[in-house]
Amino acid sequence: MARLDLSQKLAILSDAARYDASCASSGTTRRDSRDGKGLGSTEGSGICHAYAPDGRCISLLKILMTNFCIYDCAYCINRVSSNVQRARFSPDEVVQLTIEFYRRNYIEGLFLSSGIIQSPDKTMEDMLRIAKRLREVENFRGYIHLKTIPDAAPELIEQAGLYADRLSINVELPTDNSVKAYAPEKNPATIRKAMGDVKSRKDVAGERSYTGKRGKRFVPAGQSTQMIIGADGSTDATILGQSTQLYGEYKLKRVYYSAFSPIPDATAKLPLIRPPLVREHRLYQADWLLRFYGFGVDEITASRPDGNLDLEVDPKLAWALQNRAQFPVDVNRASKEMLLRIPGFGTRTVGRILSTRRHRRLRYDDLLRMGASLKKARAFIVAVDWSPGGLTDSAGLRARFAPPPEQLSLF
Amino acid sequence: MYTVPLPRIGTDIAWRDAAKRLIGAGVSPDKVLWDFDNEMGELFATGTTLPPLTRRIKAPQSFVEMANWVVWHKDPQRFARLYALLWRLRHQPGLMQDRADAELAKLRQMEKGVHRCKHKMKAFVRFRDLRQKGERRSFAAWFEPTHHTVEPTAPFFARRFADMDWMIATPDVTAQFVDGNLSFHPGQPKPDLPEDAAEALWGTYFCNIFNPARLKVSAMTSEMPKKYWKNLPEAQHIQGLIAGAEAKVQQMRDKAPTLPPERAAKIKRQLRGDQAED
Repeated sequence: MARLDLSQKLAILSDAARYDASCASSGTTRRDSRDGKGLGSTEGSGICHAYAPDGRCISLLKILMTNFCIYDCAYCINRVSSNVQRARFSPDEVVQLTIEFYRRNYIEGLFLSSGIIQSPDKTMEDMLRIAKRLREVENFRGYIHLKTIPDAAPELIEQAGLYADRLSINVELPTDNSVKAYAPEKNPATIRKAMGDVKSRKDVAGERSYTGKRGKRFVPAGQSTQMIIGADGSTDATILGQSTQLYGEYKLKRVYYSAFSPIPDATAKLPLIRPPLVREHRLYQADWLLRFYGFGVDEITASRPDGNLDLEVDPKLAWALQNRAQFPVDVNRASKEMLLRIPGFGTRTVGRILSTRRHRRLRYDDLLRMGASLKKARAFIVAVDWSPGGLTDSAGLRARFAPPPEQLSLF
Repeated sequence: MYTVPLPRIGTDIAWRDAAKRLIGAGVSPDKVLWDFDNEMGELFATGTTLPPLTRRIKAPQSFVEMANWVVWHKDPQRFARLYALLWRLRHQPGLMQDRADAELAKLRQMEKGVHRCKHKMKAFVRFRDLRQKGERRSFAAWFEPTHHTVEPTAPFFARRFADMDWMIATPDVTAQFVDGNLSFHPGQPKPDLPEDAAEALWGTYFCNIFNPARLKVSAMTSEMPKKYWKNLPEAQHIQGLIAGAEAKVQQMRDKAPTLPPERAAKIKRQLRGDQAED
């Protein structure tokens, strides 16, 4: 096999990394390099330096250290049984790419992941070597996200947390049974234990010792996970139930949903259909409603008997259409909790309504200026000069939002 | 009538100083003309000196913060709009919380525009290595901001790239950072910057991180509008990626599942053996 040059390796190992949804670089500690002795800064909110034609943000250099892998996860392009071309970066190559891209303002930092080579511990050690060099030799103060290998020794994961801003451990699929079926070498219990370890280690780091000193900084941007949807038969209710549990138990910053994407050289075990991107989008919307809008899983998934979200309208609108008896809501009197349930009102709009209500009685145009989407909200609200009349309970209301039925095509 | 000259560099401080003097002396908005960077020419030069600062002027913190953004907007009316709101705030101290006020809404919208422009500048400036000898490495970029955002955004680059020298040249204002010192200079035409081999690698990354099975062009252009493309080295690949996406996905679909490579069976056997020993 001919030796691959840096550009060829980069092509293979970024291609291999694109199925990871996360590219977040926000929520870590504030750092800069004003002392002139290092490179980089992080200032709370991350920056998307480019967007690919798939609409996804490019914030980090997201690569695999190597795509050689001894595991055989059916949904993964890098599984041992796939014929994809293999490559491996040297630690120096990863460090140089990160630093040189960063200096040209292409990226916020590095998201390093890897196939499992030789053993989980060996792989994790190699990844740590890269992170350590970036921090200690290059004095790199930008963002580092390390994909953690759950089977690696706890000491290694702990060390990773000292260099990285964020760790992630993927739960891979929505249920334990699916993991067993499609990722035979992975163990759901080990994955959960690793997430639990990271959480408790981070809790300890946040506490002050008897002298009042804080512990060493440990994954300041927290941990996240990803699950692939559409590869197994799990319903949205199952998926959202699982993420609610993950948010609660491991204090995850984010659960990413990745619509299963056809991969080159796919296994015959899996569907080769275009990914259900709308479904992924609806899951993210539902995830937001659960975390920031006070909704419960049961409420969101109750609108359809099959336990899946409505693909035609967003989950908040679907809930409102099912619960019309609670509308219309008077924006001049309603509680914050109820305002948050109005379709077309975001958390910011609700904040503005609450602060402005102290000064004046709100009219339709006032709401427009505050950023509310009245196309959605108008059927569900009352303002000084606006009442929806019979609109709220009209039979055709859903049809106003749902896309027209698609004509069947011949094939 | 007062005509207040405001410089292109240091606009924020000059506006705030003038506004404080004028409000202190009770000068109403219709008696003030704001002249940014001598754009009015000699015609309106009245030569009146501003009233002295006689007392401490109080304004809500939220107004001060908003004004610090809005002064960088390209709208020639920005200074007058800000001053008119400051004038109203004297008798309506709660005005800043009233999100339904039309004048305030307009200013908030302008603030948002500057905010977005600043954010896009942080994201889309692309440095090229000048490959100069010396202890510090040196980089330069050409950027075309929508508003006057170089001055308020440059400190971000100074905090981030403190161990190297850099210059961001724009038609509006040019920022320079040399040996740890940040300075601003008049805008300039696009300079000739040397080719940088890293751009090809960055292009390789851009093309390969893209997933053709998820093509969603509008989501890309809403966040990375076309007006920025000409100064982004990766943007030259966009058309080709879009055009080839469907074919690539079809290719994946058409290809029948392959047999696992020979090494797979061996690795699997080994892995099972290892696990049995545990």
